[in-house]
Amino acid sequence: MNRALGLGFLAFLVSIPFWIGDQYLLHILINAGIFVIGAMSLNLLLGYTGQLSLGHVAFFGIGAYTSALLSLGFDVTTFWGGELVVGPQPVWLSFLAGIVLAGLAGWFIGRISFKVRGAYFVIITISFAEVTKLVALNWVDLTEGPMALISIPPFSVSIPGIWEATFYGKTPNYYIMLAIGVVSYIVIKRLVNSRLGRAMVALRENEPLAMSVGIDVTRYLVLAAVVSAAIAGAAGGLYTHYVRIVDPDVFLFIYTVTMVIMVITGGKGTLAGPIVGGIIFGVLPEILREFMGPEAQWVTYGAVMIAIVMFLPEGIVPALTRFWERRKESRDASDRMITGRAASSATETPSE
Amino acid sequence: MSDSTSANALSVDHVAVHFGGLVAIADMTFSVDRGEVVSLIGPNGAGKTTAFNVVTGFLQPTKGTVTYQGRQVNGLKPHQIADLGLVRTFQKTSVFDTNTVFDNILIGLHRRGQRSAWEVLLSLPRVRREEEELRAKAWDILEFVGLDRQANSLGGALAYGEQRLLEVAVALAAEPSLLLLDEPVSGMNPSETSSFMDLLAKMRERHITMLLVEHDMRMVMGVSDRIVVLNDGHIIAEGSPESIQNNPEVIKAYLGEGAEHVGN
Repeated sequence: MNRALGLGFLAFLVSIPFWIGDQYLLHILINAGIFVIGAMSLNLLLGYTGQLSLGHVAFFGIGAYTSALLSLGFDVTTFWGGELVVGPQPVWLSFLAGIVLAGLAGWFIGRISFKVRGAYFVIITISFAEVTKLVALNWVDLTEGPMALISIPPFSVSIPGIWEATFYGKTPNYYIMLAIGVVSYIVIKRLVNSRLGRAMVALRENEPLAMSVGIDVTRYLVLAAVVSAAIAGAAGGLYTHYVRIVDPDVFLFIYTVTMVIMVITGGKGTLAGPIVGGIIFGVLPEILREFMGPEAQWVTYGAVMIAIVMFLPEGIVPALTRFWERRKESRDASDRMITGRAASSATETPSE
Repeated sequence: MSDSTSANALSVDHVAVHFGGLVAIADMTFSVDRGEVVSLIGPNGAGKTTAFNVVTGFLQPTKGTVTYQGRQVNGLKPHQIADLGLVRTFQKTSVFDTNTVFDNILIGLHRRGQRSAWEVLLSLPRVRREEEELRAKAWDILEFVGLDRQANSLGGALAYGEQRLLEVAVALAAEPSLLLLDEPVSGMNPSETSSFMDLLAKMRERHITMLLVEHDMRMVMGVSDRIVVLNDGHIIAEGSPESIQNNPEVIKAYLGEGAEHVGN
């Protein structure tokens, strides 16, 4: 049932570019998709290990900058005086490097915060994001600072001598986004449905008890942080090669907050939650723009958010799941009553 | 001397715990042999739970050493100690509230799984095989403690007595060679207590060594091979249940100075 629903939804997503005429709408969907991937990665930390990373955008930005810089090539004066020159690398290689570097940053954050939880973890992640932002802003030699990195090459494939394609258009980028989203979803799903995912949940639910049955909680917190950061880095790389310009604004705090909103409203600790929340809050601003002025847009956005949090405090997906289960139960119960009545009437018939 | 240490599964040697100026445990030495059920008793505030926390690595002793099967335990982290087979329960009921009873056991089985993150991400067949084995083991444990019918209820939704059973089941899932139970029957009604005692007897048949902190004297006298009495951070008596029941020091600790006159 769940699987069928998921595959049906995926088929629908695949079909979109075939019937959607407006390229602008496709652009909105790609942007929303990039956010959904970010939200899914955040959910691994926030929803499963229970640790709120309010600096999640740092991993996104590290992925974006790494991928951009490597694909453009750069030269930079190193601390020990020499000059490091790196020529332009293939986009796929830069993209992978972005994922790896973001993952390493996640490992670093996981390691240094091995003893801190709750508010302290939040502070560490916020500080980390601020530091990365300052580096992007001020290390002008490398990052161009506020002048931004421009003319970043888009994704491309080439089978030497046979076929080559560079993806400037919306449709191919939409499919790249979708592919990265599906891979991220599968990675997260396999992880959380395994013994490792259970260890993460154990850390969230009851850390002393988790330790007492032999779970090395730090190890699983670090694992979650690495995978989460790597996926956020992938989203960053995707963004970079789609928008083809990256400036220190990718580190804006509001992006982290947006991802948190997506996870919380959709349902943290569920696989579908960040997707549902991400689509709603990724597309909502654009829909509102059609109907109202800029001030009213954000008021409405906020009102929708507050309404969801107030009426569905666990999020949309858990609420829907519960609704379906209850419906199914009552249907099963009435089925039993009907079959019971039929059986009793069947036994009565011969005696008459 | 070396003989006695090898027979001892757990030995606590001149352990002291100070919290700043407060002395929780002044000097504590006792041991638990393999296959034994030992109870640690004493009035409230005697240092029993502190002793548990020291043995399981949740607290570091100020002085002294704790060894288990010849390995020094103090200084290790709680999960490393659990890996040696020393598994505890908590005085305050402690289960994974929002997970089902079945998932609680699966979490407890963590130590028995080996598959790495890479294997899980590649979804190799052996990952699925291990998962099936763990699930089968979880059912065994649920049947053993008699919670199989509640497998799909949430841990937090169980009745109090059942939650305490679940705690023990989660600890058992971690495959303890020495199980430390911190007041397992506190708050249970008499019938729950007696069914818990049946469970303890079954665990004994499986040769699980147990160290018990408990206030319920009927249970302590019924299940223990040996009793260690702690008062004010000192061990004041040690011996068989009969000898402890008649020990004047113990009676004094529990009932105060005038107690002996009451008896006469």
